[in-house]
Amino acid sequence: MSVLVRGAALLGRQRADLRLVEGRISAVGSLSPQRGEQVLDADGLVALPGLVDLHTHLREPGREDAETVRTGTRAAAAGGFTAVHAMANTEPVADTAGVVEQVWRLGQDAGHCDVHPVGAVTVGLGGTQLAELGAMADSAARVRVFSDDGHCVFDAALMRRALEYVKAFDGVVAQHAQEPRLTSGAQMNEGELSGRLGLVGWPAAAEEAVVARDVLLAAHVRSRVHVCHLSTAGSVEIVRWAKGKGWPVTAEVTPHHLLLTEASAASYDPVFKVNPPLRSEEDVTALREGLADGTIDAVATDHAPHPREAKDCEWAVAAFGMLGLETAVSVVQQVMVEPGLLDWAGVADRMSVRPASIGRISQQGRPLAEGEPASFVLLDPAATRTISAVETHSKSRNTPYAGLTLPGRVVATFLRGRCTHGATA
Amino acid sequence: MQHLLSAADLDREAAVRILDTAQEMSRLTDRAIKKLPTLRGRTVVNLFFEDSTRTRTSFELAAKRLSADVVNFSAKGSSLSKGESLKDTALTLEAMGADAIVVRHPASGAPHRLATAGWVSARVVNAGDGTHEHPTQALLDAYTMRRHLGDLEGRAVVVVGDVLHSRVARSNVLLLHTLGAQVTLVGPPTLLPVGVESWPCRVSYDLDTELAKADAVMMLRVQLERMGASYFPSAREYSRRYGLDDDRLHLLPEHAVVLHPGPMNRGMEITADVADSPRSVIVEQVGNGVLVRMAVLYLLLGGGDVEDRG
Repeated sequence: MSVLVRGAALLGRQRADLRLVEGRISAVGSLSPQRGEQVLDADGLVALPGLVDLHTHLREPGREDAETVRTGTRAAAAGGFTAVHAMANTEPVADTAGVVEQVWRLGQDAGHCDVHPVGAVTVGLGGTQLAELGAMADSAARVRVFSDDGHCVFDAALMRRALEYVKAFDGVVAQHAQEPRLTSGAQMNEGELSGRLGLVGWPAAAEEAVVARDVLLAAHVRSRVHVCHLSTAGSVEIVRWAKGKGWPVTAEVTPHHLLLTEASAASYDPVFKVNPPLRSEEDVTALREGLADGTIDAVATDHAPHPREAKDCEWAVAAFGMLGLETAVSVVQQVMVEPGLLDWAGVADRMSVRPASIGRISQQGRPLAEGEPASFVLLDPAATRTISAVETHSKSRNTPYAGLTLPGRVVATFLRGRCTHGATA
Repeated sequence: MQHLLSAADLDREAAVRILDTAQEMSRLTDRAIKKLPTLRGRTVVNLFFEDSTRTRTSFELAAKRLSADVVNFSAKGSSLSKGESLKDTALTLEAMGADAIVVRHPASGAPHRLATAGWVSARVVNAGDGTHEHPTQALLDAYTMRRHLGDLEGRAVVVVGDVLHSRVARSNVLLLHTLGAQVTLVGPPTLLPVGVESWPCRVSYDLDTELAKADAVMMLRVQLERMGASYFPSAREYSRRYGLDDDRLHLLPEHAVVLHPGPMNRGMEITADVADSPRSVIVEQVGNGVLVRMAVLYLLLGGGDVEDRG
């Protein structure tokens, strides 16, 4: 049986009909419905390749009270994602072939989107001994992205070895750039406001120092480094400089660092507590410019679900992190598309094509063309919605956008021809 | 005034009202029977997540002198050590019918959460939160200075020491600025917060120069642990550069007073001779603390004129 998607603006440009047959796009153009064909009217909608998240915390195994692979990927599908990279900081840590295969299988069973487990760089995220990166790469999960996210691979010699080692299977080390000694007990961006609020500061230099070191190491050993959740203007400068030299560096930015600022911390409401912390207006501007000019390759959500009690408390005690999957594309529309910094093709590039390329996922981030996998999202850019913390597919409710009105709505998500969210799901 | 969370909550009128009310309290309690019936039937909870006998006792006395029922709820280490959460403690106090909660907490912003998270309907008084603020300390400091210097408009107040970790300094800068005083913070650059240059005060690294112009000097407690984290090289070096000793005391103008929020490290930020000298108003600060806390509780819970209710 085939599906005909009629009149969607492909990458926000020319309108065309898409015919989906057996998981692929069998035809693109001006198409007439065939007998018995299911027709989906996509008039006024934008079609983008299915979004790919490089940075998702699905929490399973270990913290199923916050999120499971099933609920997290359901939220991903609702956000227009067809693939997510599940971070390694689970309990147990995803530092063996066994754990990454478990997560991968849970993703397959749930079926809401592809789940690509990220492997830990070091055993137990301990930062001292390399995990069996090769075993994870060779496992059924085919791990290509390695990260100790939540912890910085701070030992320079170990980072160098990790970068070298993953070359054997075209892997990438995704670094959580945070100088630990400069950020001991840190609670929010260091600046005038942290001083006033009496919250321990997290200086921009603590991120930039590690980003600078890592791009130098990547250049030296000629291996790929990826900067997770880049958050400061200085980091943008360093990555721009490194790319200018042709070094193998990529970077991601989160939706929340593109929209929110440290000013939110003045409420002492821990829903705004995140690591790296929300930064200044100047940083936000630099991040948007960096994403626009391609210095920053990808928008990655750092979707970080937490149970209520982890946020219903004092700031200093609260967990770091916020939800992101279901709001990402709306935030990007607001801060990038509406001001003219990116068009929809640019959004497709930063939220699908490049992240798929960084993760070495060949069947995602593909053009909307004949013969390609039918993995795509239909967006209604004219819609607006007021974000509610309770109306979420995630198990957790720690969205920082509750009460905000954001543009755009995901109407339907298709994964290899199957509707995983919306219209006919 | 709904809550007292930060000295920034007080505009000049509100601050002066508290100080004037404290003065009134002083007059009314300056008699054999110190008690006023003003808050009879109201419940004040002292919720202390940190040990602080002096601040708790001060609030306790203040509430008792206004005839409130006082409950001391010591929850040391509570949620930080995975005991009962702040929220559950708050819900418990709410169920018990607390009218005001005086909270001391090691986490900056905890009183703010208590007041705004919707857990309690009680009035919240910040009795010191982390490295954020300690507004009643600033009020008692201002009260003490006013008694010796009169109106604080244009007066020069020098605050010396570990500003970075001091909630007292933050509240004092805000309140003294509101009252028209010129505040100068002095300390090693390591112990001054990032962004301090945008606070409503001056900053200096040279104590001797500032003392000659000061109407009041406030010495902040410096904890020896800070040395381990390289904020300064040694206790001796700290004392030499930023401690108040006899020689420095002589740099002060005749009328200037010396304050310290306590507890003091004698021999560290202040010598014993200076602490016990006639210029020191440190012991007087303690008594004034009870008066301003009476004023704060009274204005938060009672309102109206002291004489009428008294």
